[in-house]
Amino acid sequence: MAAVIKLENVHKTYHTGEVEVLAVRGVTLEIAPGEFVAIMGASGSGKSTMMNIIGCLDRPTEGSYFLDGVDVSHLDRDELAAIRNKKLGFVFQGFNLLSRTSALENVELPMLYTHDRLSAAVQREHAIHALQIVGLADRADHHPNQLSGGQQQRVAIARALVNKPAVLLADEPTGNLDTRTSAEVMGVFQKLNDTGITIVMVTHELDIAAFTKRNVIMRDGLVVNDTLVERRSFAEEALRNLQQAQQAVKLSV
Amino acid sequence: MRIAATLRMALRALRRNKLRSTLTALGIIIGVGAVIAMVGIGNGAKSQVEAQIASLGQNVILVFAGNWSSSGARSGWGSAGTMMVDDALAIAREVPGVITVSPEVRDRQQVLANGLNWNTQILGEGPDYLDIRQWALAEGAMFTDQDVRGTTKVCIIGKTVADQLFPNEAPVGMTLRIRNIPFKVLGVLSPKGLSVMGQDQDDVVIVPYTSEMKRVTKRTNLSSISVQSATPEFSDSVQRGIAELLRQRHRIGAGRDDDFTIRGQQEIADAATATTRIMTVLLGAIASVSLIVGGIGIMNIMLVSVTERTREIGIRMAVGAHGRDILLQFLIEAITLSSLGGVIGIGLGIGSAKLLSALAGWPTLVSVTSVALAFLFSAAVGVFFGFYPARKASNLDPIDALRYE
Repeated sequence: MAAVIKLENVHKTYHTGEVEVLAVRGVTLEIAPGEFVAIMGASGSGKSTMMNIIGCLDRPTEGSYFLDGVDVSHLDRDELAAIRNKKLGFVFQGFNLLSRTSALENVELPMLYTHDRLSAAVQREHAIHALQIVGLADRADHHPNQLSGGQQQRVAIARALVNKPAVLLADEPTGNLDTRTSAEVMGVFQKLNDTGITIVMVTHELDIAAFTKRNVIMRDGLVVNDTLVERRSFAEEALRNLQQAQQAVKLSV
Repeated sequence: MRIAATLRMALRALRRNKLRSTLTALGIIIGVGAVIAMVGIGNGAKSQVEAQIASLGQNVILVFAGNWSSSGARSGWGSAGTMMVDDALAIAREVPGVITVSPEVRDRQQVLANGLNWNTQILGEGPDYLDIRQWALAEGAMFTDQDVRGTTKVCIIGKTVADQLFPNEAPVGMTLRIRNIPFKVLGVLSPKGLSVMGQDQDDVVIVPYTSEMKRVTKRTNLSSISVQSATPEFSDSVQRGIAELLRQRHRIGAGRDDDFTIRGQQEIADAATATTRIMTVLLGAIASVSLIVGGIGIMNIMLVSVTERTREIGIRMAVGAHGRDILLQFLIEAITLSSLGGVIGIGLGIGSAKLLSALAGWPTLVSVTSVALAFLFSAAVGVFFGFYPARKASNLDPIDALRYE
């Protein structure tokens, strides 16, 4: 099957004053539909820059990037925005929901900026469907401050899903969450991946990366390791283990 | 992006910071209110003056007798004694565009009736005088051409004279004495109020000019002539025609001064309304300054808002908002703020204009034009002062915006 993401010798150089920062120095990477990839690396390894390029928030200074078969490396601001809207879904570390706006309206947000706009009723229907996928349909009218961290992140995932993107991008999606909630959120990702959605996530935590299928490790702007995950964690199992451990603690007290 | 959705978004954003939005809009409210009230006061003053001008009559041209000078001593207006009844009749006959004329003789006399007496202005006039001045009779009738030809001892009197001499009875049919000559009162004029110069126009007794000249003052020349031209457009050509005719009749050689002065109603009106027009413009200009200050307030708060909501802008851009979507969102927010302020300001302005009329007794006139202009101007203030912050928001880089703390 043709790769949904194809990076060819991608470079990214930042000019900050007189210093040139070589954030990415020639990455070639292919991700096929249905994959679940974790991009890993220490801070400064260039993984965030990679994520920005894959997420069409930034353009490579050199090399080319094909997303869903389209070369997006030379598109302008507005064209990139349209690509982000149609083909990509974002999940951020800090959830990045609009405050004082209901979960439903947060999920509807991407549809507000879609070129061929749907009627309000259809938008609502799609948004509720996306919330059902992440199991939050009953919280549609809650505001973010009325939701727990895990619930907020699930609303963010619903928002990322609502325009049926080709790729779901997650930037440290569990960075602000505790172990249990992290496992829950990873469970949502695994379920989505099981339905065929391609997921690319950035993380620096090994145990989170273990929930994915493929790990790409970066260092100094280069891919230094690209392996399939051999001993994969599954969210249900992890949650069960956690529960047992907790009970063990309670019993011993 | 849909305008309706953007508008809803703007309203929600404004509702979130109620106090801030109110204070920001207050700048515009006060600005628009001040413009409306000030221009209302100016227009009110202007319309009052215009009403006084209109009381002069319609398309009236006044021809005053000039002054004479002898051995260097110069007398005042009307003293030349060269303006004759024949001049008035010639103007009516020969100058095109003239509808009618009224020869005029002015005089002050002690008037007696009923055992009461009153010093008032005596006007000797032609029978068309009231038509020229658009002056209606409250009761009775005007004297006629026949009265003029027959130098009849009849008169009509103004409201003030009627009140002074006939306090307890109907004046029509009564007799009053001017220099001991009895005149029969034919009619009472409707009150006209003060003139542009502040004189009581109702303090007057009007008699046929022939009666005045032959019986009362024994003079042979006129003080002035009131001329009515057909339309305002005729005014200039009629004035030129009168000047030519009178110079010819008075045998004034080329290069010598006129022995008469001609004033068109328009000139008088222009002079009188000039001050009020300047006042209106000045008041409006001062009030506009506060509108601009209000606009700067909007710009300031929008800049703060853009900074505060940098992250929101980043999120919107990440999920696919174009620069122009963000531009529109913030622009509509600014315009909503300023036009809401405008609407409330219009209410406030009309209210305070009414209040000023009621309390201070100043005439105010709030025109639809000034309301529409003030509203458009307030919306324009929103566009003008909202554009820079909105532009700044739309030019943000989504990566930086998302990372903004």
